[in-house]
Amino acid sequence: MSEPIIRAQAVEKFYVQPDGNRIEVIAPVDLDIEPGKIVALLGPSGCGKSTLLRMLTGLSQPSSGEVLWHGRPITSQNAGVAIVFQSFALFPWLTVLDNVEAPLEARGVAAMERHKRALRILDTVGLDGFESAYPKELSGGMKQRVGFARAMVVEPEVLFMDEPFSALDVLTAENLRNELLELWISKKMPTSAIFIVTHNIEEAVLLADRVIVLGRNPARVRADFSIEITHPRDRKSSRFVELVDYIYKIMTQPDLALAAPGATAAAQKPARQKYQMIPHARVGGIAGLLELLHDRGGKEDLYRLAEVLIMDAEDLLPIVEASVILGFATLKEGDVEITAEGVRFAEAGILERKILFRNAALKHIVILQQIDSVLHAKADHSISQEFFYDILDEHFSQDEVERQFETAMNWGRYAEIFDFDRESHRLTLAEPVGEPHPPTTTPVQS
Amino acid sequence: MLSGGLALFYGIVEVGRNWLGPFTPHVEISRRLSALPIYAGYSLLRIALAYVLSLLFAITYGYIAAYRPRAERFMIPLLDVLQSIPVLSFLPGVMLAMAALFPGRQLGVELGAVLLIFTGQVWNMAFSFYASLKSIPREMREAATIYRFNWWQRFVQIELPFATIGLVWNSMMSVAGAWFFLMACEQFSDFRLPGLGSYLQAAADDGDTRSIVLGILTMIAVIVMIDQFVWRPVIAWAEKFKMEQVESASVPTSWVLHFLQHSRAVAVFRKRAIRPLREQMVHYFARREEDRADSPHENHALVWFARAVGIAALVAISYAVVRVVMIVAGLPSADFRQIGIGLAATFLRVNATLVLGALWTIPVGVAIGFNPRLARIAQPLAQIAASVPATALFPVVLLVLIRLGGGLGVGSIVLLLLGTQWYILFNVIAGAIAIPTDLKEAADVFGIRGWERWRKLILPGIFPFLVTGMITASGGAWNASIVAEYFRFKGQTYSTVGVGAMISSATEAKNFDLLLVSTIALAAVVVTTNRLLWRRLYRLAETRYKLEG
Repeated sequence: MSEPIIRAQAVEKFYVQPDGNRIEVIAPVDLDIEPGKIVALLGPSGCGKSTLLRMLTGLSQPSSGEVLWHGRPITSQNAGVAIVFQSFALFPWLTVLDNVEAPLEARGVAAMERHKRALRILDTVGLDGFESAYPKELSGGMKQRVGFARAMVVEPEVLFMDEPFSALDVLTAENLRNELLELWISKKMPTSAIFIVTHNIEEAVLLADRVIVLGRNPARVRADFSIEITHPRDRKSSRFVELVDYIYKIMTQPDLALAAPGATAAAQKPARQKYQMIPHARVGGIAGLLELLHDRGGKEDLYRLAEVLIMDAEDLLPIVEASVILGFATLKEGDVEITAEGVRFAEAGILERKILFRNAALKHIVILQQIDSVLHAKADHSISQEFFYDILDEHFSQDEVERQFETAMNWGRYAEIFDFDRESHRLTLAEPVGEPHPPTTTPVQS
Repeated sequence: MLSGGLALFYGIVEVGRNWLGPFTPHVEISRRLSALPIYAGYSLLRIALAYVLSLLFAITYGYIAAYRPRAERFMIPLLDVLQSIPVLSFLPGVMLAMAALFPGRQLGVELGAVLLIFTGQVWNMAFSFYASLKSIPREMREAATIYRFNWWQRFVQIELPFATIGLVWNSMMSVAGAWFFLMACEQFSDFRLPGLGSYLQAAADDGDTRSIVLGILTMIAVIVMIDQFVWRPVIAWAEKFKMEQVESASVPTSWVLHFLQHSRAVAVFRKRAIRPLREQMVHYFARREEDRADSPHENHALVWFARAVGIAALVAISYAVVRVVMIVAGLPSADFRQIGIGLAATFLRVNATLVLGALWTIPVGVAIGFNPRLARIAQPLAQIAASVPATALFPVVLLVLIRLGGGLGVGSIVLLLLGTQWYILFNVIAGAIAIPTDLKEAADVFGIRGWERWRKLILPGIFPFLVTGMITASGGAWNASIVAEYFRFKGQTYSTVGVGAMISSATEAKNFDLLLVSTIALAAVVVTTNRLLWRRLYRLAETRYKLEG
């Protein structure tokens, strides 16, 4: 094994709340980036992948632990890194050429030299002829090429990519991925390692020499293994499908530590009592999934399901997880299976569904149970949202609190457990379903 | 070229002679036609000076507030208060102070006018720059860090470009407002300044209709020229700073900008002067950044200087607060009663103006907004009408009112209306245009007509715009009340009950305590109404009545 370029030692990210309570976002992670390899970091959305990337580049400081650049503490000034961003992050008022030259200007490269190097790199990524165009004149794929050119012009030792293809349409992304791989294999890229953050499982298996899967809440390494299939890789090959399936399995079984070939022994802390985290799925999505499962005989492989629905794991998994938590489906070995309760839901009409959902939610979802009992206990059957923010604050980061609350509101209002007034920020007890009054919300079912 | 240089030189000498010359309490205003361009020039110069000052200040203030969290905590609330204080209430105080600072020199009064215009236009620009800096996308900032942009590069390649569009629109608003203040300054009782404002006043004084018409025409010509030679090109140029992913279909154009972009002389200038200079800057800052990376240390001298300034400011403010408290304590109770009555009267007058303004502008604005053909004719006309600062027209309106036999009691409402109705009108038009066609069609399909249509569709649709317009109008009306309630005309003083009149008369009587307390009381009332009423309505408009695409 060669000397790592970047070495992360027990890096951790947490927020300390005023009462001293720690919200852990990223559990201690050890990670090396070695020359000659493409590393892919996979994980569900909002799990802290991007935060980890920012700590590895020196953009953000870990709360504890440290990141070393060739053995010395990393800063954004000493690290030879570049980032390709999901949103491209080009400067719209600069031409393509000026955008690529800007990092060289920062390094004080003379005008002629700057110009020459920028043109050469634009040529490499296939942008000659577009030097004087402005980013807004370009398509998404072309914009990301400028992003690549800007990153490569500084000849970074490690090229970081933060979901570089996820803002592009499927075909453009595929094309750009292949070109990137071609440049990499033919050693035309002035970089010695690539670190790519993605939520697309196939993308990871297609590109990476090594895949790291992150778990959620807090983020921790769930699996870390090498892929030794030679490039170009065949998506239809049995080894490829097997790996994709394997990763699906890891990602859908959050509580199971899977032993993987070459996995680093991630320091597992003794699991403390966790507050239930609800997956961010809308009721309409859950209903749609259950109907589809029911139509297809009640059981389906996750990988196949993603294909049928043309959905990313990122979008599909929360819906599956929500169905599981609510007791409408079960997950085993990468297969989703509908439960008896799920079948009843799939076959029910609009009003009956509300009742079934209400029962399931009050049985399984902690936050909704709490809201229900507080509202019943209070004399005026009403309470400010702050109360629940405070409960959630104990367990989640600020952004996650907002998302948890949003989803809880979506579910609770649908189930008519309560009403929520956005202007007064108050929750009030709703009249239960089944009373002789028309439902206030009539969701459109797909 | 040569004649241009000569003209410039003559202008500088002339201005210098006038400004450094002895103070003349009663500037004689010539009403010869040939004097008009000179007066217009003086007015323009004051506006330009104040604007440059404002721009520099706004950028510095916004920059510090955006990057120093500790400073931000008090700078932004302060900005909020400063923004809602009616500037004209300080006109008398500032003029007296500046005249005292430069005794016997015209310069003091001139600087007073510039300072006043500055205070009128700087806050929204500062806030706009601050808000732009705060809204730079995270990934763009990260790109700058990861590619090691130095301070200079961040400033010219990210921060300034990102803030340009906001700054341009706010500059236009500010300069339009500046005309309003300038006219008031130029006409201000003992400190009259040579300019278009005083020309109009003198003309109205003598009932000289020809001069009035010529003055107003000159005013309009100057404003149209600024629009054509400054704002249009700048807007067309700023188009490239839009944060859009796709090029928009209709792009603003300007013949002046087109001419500049295709001019040989400009191209040569850019190549010979600007580009080498830029290259120098690039290398200078890159080297500096390297040195800093090698030996990272804070600039101690600067830190200590900033602290010293902060402490000095704190001491000065504390002293001022103590003085004010002492003055307030020493003021006779009769004065307080008088201030209370004045505030109530002005409050009623301002709000009557808003209601009257809304009453005529809502139907007219909606009619214009719903009818594209009418809009094409009416909008430019309304824009020209609105561009004439109300303060310039005050003497003229007063002349008419006196001839008709009305007093300033009714007259002041007319004057306030003149200055503020346009804000409401333009916002209502914009709101009516913004109501989506499918909503209008849905209303048609369901047969929602007449009052129902107003209640269900039009009023909620224009509500956010109406609130924005009313907020601006309210600010404008409070400001105008200072000049509208007390007016010296044909050697006679016309005044009505109100806090504006109190401030003006206190100045005339050199009753500084009363001046100070009534100014503070006025500012306090305006800030309080903003907080209690307008801020809430605005939040309501932002949440419930926002039409989201």
